[in-house]
Amino acid sequence: MTQSRKRAYGRRIALLSSGPALFGLTLFLIIPFLLAFALTFTDQRLVATDSGRFVGWRNYERLLSISYVVQDPQPGVQGKPAFARVRDVTRADPVHRGFRPFSDFSWGQKRVTILAKDPVFLESLLNTFGFALMVVPLQCAMALALALLVNAGLRGQTFLRAVYFSPVVMSMVVVSIVWTFLFDRDLGSINKLLSLLSLGTIGPVNWLGGRATAMPAIALMSAWQGAGFQMLIFLAGLQGISQELYDAARIDGATAWQRFWNVTIPGLRQTIAFVLVVTAIAALGLFTQVDVMTQGGPQNGTSTVMFHAIQRGVREENIAYGSTVAVVYFAIITLLILAQQALQRRWSK
Amino acid sequence: MSVLSTGRHQSVSLRFALYALMLLLALVFVFPFLFMLTASFRTNEQIFAHSGSIGAFVPTGELTTANYAYVLGNGNILHFFLNSVIITTLTVGLGLIVNSLAAFSLARLQWRGREAVASLLVVLLVIPFEAISVPLMLLVAHLPGLGFEAGRLVLTRSWLNTLYVQILPFVANAFSIYLFYQFFRSIPKDFDEAAYIDGATPLQVYRHVIVPSSKPVFATVSILQGLAMWNQYLWPVITVPGESARPLMVGMQQFFGHTTEWGNVMAYATIITVPVLAAFVIFQRWFVRSVIGSGVKG
Repeated sequence: MTQSRKRAYGRRIALLSSGPALFGLTLFLIIPFLLAFALTFTDQRLVATDSGRFVGWRNYERLLSISYVVQDPQPGVQGKPAFARVRDVTRADPVHRGFRPFSDFSWGQKRVTILAKDPVFLESLLNTFGFALMVVPLQCAMALALALLVNAGLRGQTFLRAVYFSPVVMSMVVVSIVWTFLFDRDLGSINKLLSLLSLGTIGPVNWLGGRATAMPAIALMSAWQGAGFQMLIFLAGLQGISQELYDAARIDGATAWQRFWNVTIPGLRQTIAFVLVVTAIAALGLFTQVDVMTQGGPQNGTSTVMFHAIQRGVREENIAYGSTVAVVYFAIITLLILAQQALQRRWSK
Repeated sequence: MSVLSTGRHQSVSLRFALYALMLLLALVFVFPFLFMLTASFRTNEQIFAHSGSIGAFVPTGELTTANYAYVLGNGNILHFFLNSVIITTLTVGLGLIVNSLAAFSLARLQWRGREAVASLLVVLLVIPFEAISVPLMLLVAHLPGLGFEAGRLVLTRSWLNTLYVQILPFVANAFSIYLFYQFFRSIPKDFDEAAYIDGATPLQVYRHVIVPSSKPVFATVSILQGLAMWNQYLWPVITVPGESARPLMVGMQQFFGHTTEWGNVMAYATIITVPVLAAFVIFQRWFVRSVIGSGVKG
């Protein structure tokens, strides 16, 4: 074969071997990704043929518009201060057309009401951040503790490592269903255990049915399910720390606690940053647990960004609006990754 | 070892405390599984009667296999099971070929645009599936496909409610390619150069040099992809509303939503979980390596 024919042959082989994967990635990842951005400027629906018109920033406006009204108290019945209905106030003011109340609080004598065009999204966003703030520290701390424990050189640690990891291979659907029973107000083992440990002083908690407890309950379960994964990553990180550092610290008389803060944590810095970001990304995408356990309830108390995207985009067939929610989700993830990379650059200097 | 190092430095009481802690944690990690298994052999009354004691996790008292008989005899669990097996094996099988070939091309062949594709791949890694699920659903809802109508193969206007809508979008996987790519680059170049001198073609080098020396990464990709496919929920729940192509996880969720018989629910959950748990017990070492391999650098 001549050189040029050989090169043409090589090119063909290269194209042939990477072609199917590149085709798949283009059709099922790159195009939908670009489509997501494009759709946010339309009124595309799933089936209606007369949809898909350009609507500018309308979807973003509906999603992200926030406002507020401040009301002075009016003399009410029996001298108690009363307030006009927020709905009447916003209706009277063209600036607030399309806004609905999200929440309100007192400011001295006045009442401040936060308004949003899509209060459920605002609530979902706050729920999602709240969930991430609970689950990320909990899951990562649990994972690190488990990793330290199975790295302590005790007998049986390989077996226990497998035990701690086993929930990771269970499906989140199954885990969610089993825990729905465990969280049950009257029958669940968690309430029974709490009652036993507290000698009956803690009454039955309606975990998944209460607005204040539903998200923490889901966070607890999610941390339990996922911690084994991060444990293994921490374990790999721990084994990368030189034993000499520990020996040196010991010779200097450092306690276990000091060795942990001055040798283990600095040695795991990169791993910790990686694990935190990976866990946070997964947490911000929370969907399955909510869909199986609470369907976003009670009163949207467990609705999340992804749940809202699927609810609006697929179940109400408003593809354009669902895509807008997804794009906002992606923007949050991107910020997170950029922050992590900035941190890593700083550390590696 | 590490902070909690054993050996001469560790006192007996510390070691005892660590063992106690490890066992306590082990209980925390297995108790929901034990509950599921135990409850699957009980009637509703028995489950409720035992829920407040240690008996909730230990199969004592009246046990029955009626739940399994009911779940297997009513509804389509076996059909859904088969769907999930087909989806998982085909996606993993096709994915191994397609992604490893692409990685081979990127890591071992010389062609223009290779570097650009490799860096594009790293960018694609950060796009979570959740972010594209809605537009992807719109796309597959309007792709022409194949289907059966009255026993005849016909052209359809949508991929919804099919098995392949759960397979084809997941065959090509940026993360799998990335894992293969990293591994292939670490294989010494002399190996393929020797083969090329002997007159081998690139595809022969792939088959006889690269693949045989890459078993660990093939195992890693199979396990990660297999777990993800078997446990997948978000995508089938939005693209497969009908029963014929429904996978197990959606079947489970639907079953859960339409019954108050907890024994049946737990039997269903056990049937779904046991194959994965069995695979995990058998291939434990490989599972551990896969996770560590996936986290080495993202």
